[in-house]
Amino acid sequence: MSTSLGRTLQAASLALIACGVWAGASSPSSAREAAGRVSAAPSSAMGLAAWQQVYSVLISPRCINCHTATGYPQQGDDRHRHFANVVRGPEGKGVPALQCVTCHQESNADSTGVPGGRGWHLAPLSMRWQDPSEKVMSSAEVCRAVTDRSKNHNLDGPGLVKHHEEEPLVRWAFQPGRRIDGTPRTLPPLTHDEFVAATRTWAEAGMPCPRGR
Amino acid sequence: MATYRLTVNGQPREVTVDPSTPLLWVLREELKMTGTKYGCGIAACGACTVHLDGIATRSCVVPVSLVAARPIITIEAMAEDPVGHAVQDAWVEHDVVQCGYCQSGQIMSAVALLKAMPKPTRTDIQESMGGNLCRCATYVRIREAIESASQQLGKEVRR
Repeated sequence: MSTSLGRTLQAASLALIACGVWAGASSPSSAREAAGRVSAAPSSAMGLAAWQQVYSVLISPRCINCHTATGYPQQGDDRHRHFANVVRGPEGKGVPALQCVTCHQESNADSTGVPGGRGWHLAPLSMRWQDPSEKVMSSAEVCRAVTDRSKNHNLDGPGLVKHHEEEPLVRWAFQPGRRIDGTPRTLPPLTHDEFVAATRTWAEAGMPCPRGR
Repeated sequence: MATYRLTVNGQPREVTVDPSTPLLWVLREELKMTGTKYGCGIAACGACTVHLDGIATRSCVVPVSLVAARPIITIEAMAEDPVGHAVQDAWVEHDVVQCGYCQSGQIMSAVALLKAMPKPTRTDIQESMGGNLCRCATYVRIREAIESASQQLGKEVRR
């Protein structure tokens, strides 16, 4: 191999690696694969990029409608107040004669348009991702809440990955069933696999949060 | 079509219906138990309320395929239920009913409330009963009857 050819190949290899890292920064699954190749934790920049992917899911209606700052859940892509005067109740499960499970069963009821999953309930107020005026909180604010173990049921990075991977209501968001008119509910912007991979990349990067408010 | 073995008011019942059939229509059409009413069909009014494994449940939106082995209690069983009987007595005492169409659901919700919370505050009553609509607007009498039933049940416990 001539010296010039060797240098050309070396340059091409470096370019490919650079592309891989760049792709990883914008694509969580690629980031994880890239991290795996070098057997090192993802960089903070990769973690922040992965967090933005996670955040895009958390603030989608399928998630944030039950992560409200209000005394009631929301519903629909326009996040309107849940009908039938449903209220949060002391444990986020409604009140005695009007519980979440008064309507929501353990699986979707597509024939009647009622979504369902095991243990249907609202997230605690400590995990609200809206402000009291129902405005979606910023990426930095949500990240700080999600990583605050005094607010998040004491979950560390692996705990958050497990939560996103296995919690039935998290999984429901990616298989939300059909509306009463038979049309499918809008999905979050990532697949469940992509969401878990992004969470893992972010966790492995040390759960970095964006700066600012 | 599929066959389901249900327990309704303590009795084993068997029905062969489409799995998507709402429990309400199984009760009304298949089992001819018409005490449970159809109101809105979208869980917005509460007229179809029954107890499913002790939980007040909107039978119009629960496909029979999701009921499984959970016991079903309907308005037809309330006269034999201590709390249900007290609520029905209070309903008569306060002359709650006007047209009466929603009252089966109102009573089923009231009984679920009192079983879970024997001494509800007015806010508790308002929140728990807030999903049961009454077009005759008998809400004040409903609240008074629940308070009365609560007091009566409290006396019986103390005896």
